[in-house]
Amino acid sequence: MSWKKDKVRKPAKPNEALTRRDFLQGAGVAVSGGLLVGREPAIAASPDEKAKVLGPEAVPITLRINGKAQKLTLEPRVTLLDALRNHLDMTGAKKMCDRGTCGACTVILDGKAVYACSVLAIAAQGKEILTIEGLAAGGKLHPVMTAFVEHDAHQCGFCTPGFVMASKAFLDKNPNPLQQDVEEGLGGNLCRCGVYVGVRQAALDAAKARLGEKGGKAHGKV
Amino acid sequence: MQAFEYANPTTKEEAVRLLANQWGEAEILAGGTDSLSLMKDHVSTPRRVVSLQAIKELRGIEFKPATGLRLGAMATLSELIESAAVRREYPALVEAAEGVRSPQILNMGTVGGDLCQRPRCWYFRAGYGLLARDDGKALVPEGENQYHAILGNSGPAYFVNPSSLAPALIALGAKVRVFGPQGTREVGLDKFFLTPASDDQRECDLKANEILTDILVPPAKGTKMAIYEVRQREALDYPLAAAAVVLRLDGKTVKSARVVLGHVAPVPWPAPEAEAVLVGKTISEAVADEAGKAAVSKATPLSKNAYKVQLARVAVKRAILRAAQGGA
Repeated sequence: MSWKKDKVRKPAKPNEALTRRDFLQGAGVAVSGGLLVGREPAIAASPDEKAKVLGPEAVPITLRINGKAQKLTLEPRVTLLDALRNHLDMTGAKKMCDRGTCGACTVILDGKAVYACSVLAIAAQGKEILTIEGLAAGGKLHPVMTAFVEHDAHQCGFCTPGFVMASKAFLDKNPNPLQQDVEEGLGGNLCRCGVYVGVRQAALDAAKARLGEKGGKAHGKV
Repeated sequence: MQAFEYANPTTKEEAVRLLANQWGEAEILAGGTDSLSLMKDHVSTPRRVVSLQAIKELRGIEFKPATGLRLGAMATLSELIESAAVRREYPALVEAAEGVRSPQILNMGTVGGDLCQRPRCWYFRAGYGLLARDDGKALVPEGENQYHAILGNSGPAYFVNPSSLAPALIALGAKVRVFGPQGTREVGLDKFFLTPASDDQRECDLKANEILTDILVPPAKGTKMAIYEVRQREALDYPLAAAAVVLRLDGKTVKSARVVLGHVAPVPWPAPEAEAVLVGKTISEAVADEAGKAAVSKATPLSKNAYKVQLARVAVKRAILRAAQGGA
């Protein structure tokens, strides 16, 4: 395959990248782009441009997760999902396809469901990030979680955190959904065990429970 | 994913200065729903990623009855779907965006990203280049071509354009604004998509240091419009064939028609043959069927995708019938 021959360059080890950059900066040598690598001159590198460019080495990043500010040092290429799982030990969001297709990594960013694998951590700064860990505040299950338990809306459980987060974001926006709304609204998550019926019932029931608390009237059951 | 440097400019001028003057050096980050996957698979290996997320002037959706619709390239697909003006004036655009289905992708994915996304061709995605060649030999014609082009496929490109919005936007007569070092230029969306002749070229009329800024759609008052997509799964899937239809009627007679197919050729594929069938007629099932047949009359399917000819034909027929029944 052609990429094996010439396209893939080995990712530089972080400290190597740092060393090269530090060396060039520290030495204070006016190195022309062409001397570095053949590819260099195509990218603008005037000082004012350079100042706004971060990385590729790890840079300080602050993420606001479940109401708390978390300070990290990450390379710009690190996704929000990897930041959560590998750097913050928050393994609720699952890494399954890692290609924005399965929904197992779903988190809520500024109130909207997103795939954490398809967001760069550096680009999630300044946003409110809600993960499954933040949903059961104080050890009390969120109504969506309770409904998932009651409806057995899981089998192996790997897709469950993503489905719970997607359901919460969906119900926040559609407090009184019909069956078809639920089917469409949870269309961004996959379950290979096939617990879709349970998940949809759970979402409908969670909506009912919430409306009941507020004295509203829910649409009919499934 | 290869390590890269990251820039988050706040103006389009700054963004353009940060981009490279040749492809491959720097990549644009819009919604990230597909571009990050390409980087993870080392299909795309930029040394710099330039995010457009902080550029406010690229956002927004505005409608004026006299001039029509302006979609900021960085408006999300969710914002498009939720826009009352778009729902009222351009229902086919809402249908096209809703076909994406996954709320997570709708929340992150942008209008500009939908138009500029790279092909789904699995040879391209597996590292064989945009034209899917191994040691100079084209892999698609004798390979796994069940999802490849049935029109405009004389080579060297065989992939299909993956955009959900492009067929409907082209049928509506949309144009795009492109910003680069020389300033702003406007291009008709029907001219924006290109069939590449080499692996170094791209699928659209953007230079490496240009960005898409706005999509402009003329007013569509008095038209009837619809799309129809055929896909294997109801969610998390790209269509196998799609059609967008915009009709202008005089009483019950078709005064003019635009028919554009999606997912059948390396570019969104206008079907003037179908339009010619419709003009001057009253829409009926037989007329719609005849137009569908005309739309694919020049199809040249590959070894494994003849089924797509039938799907495209039916997509055109059903889009016409849906447009005639409802529409704007």
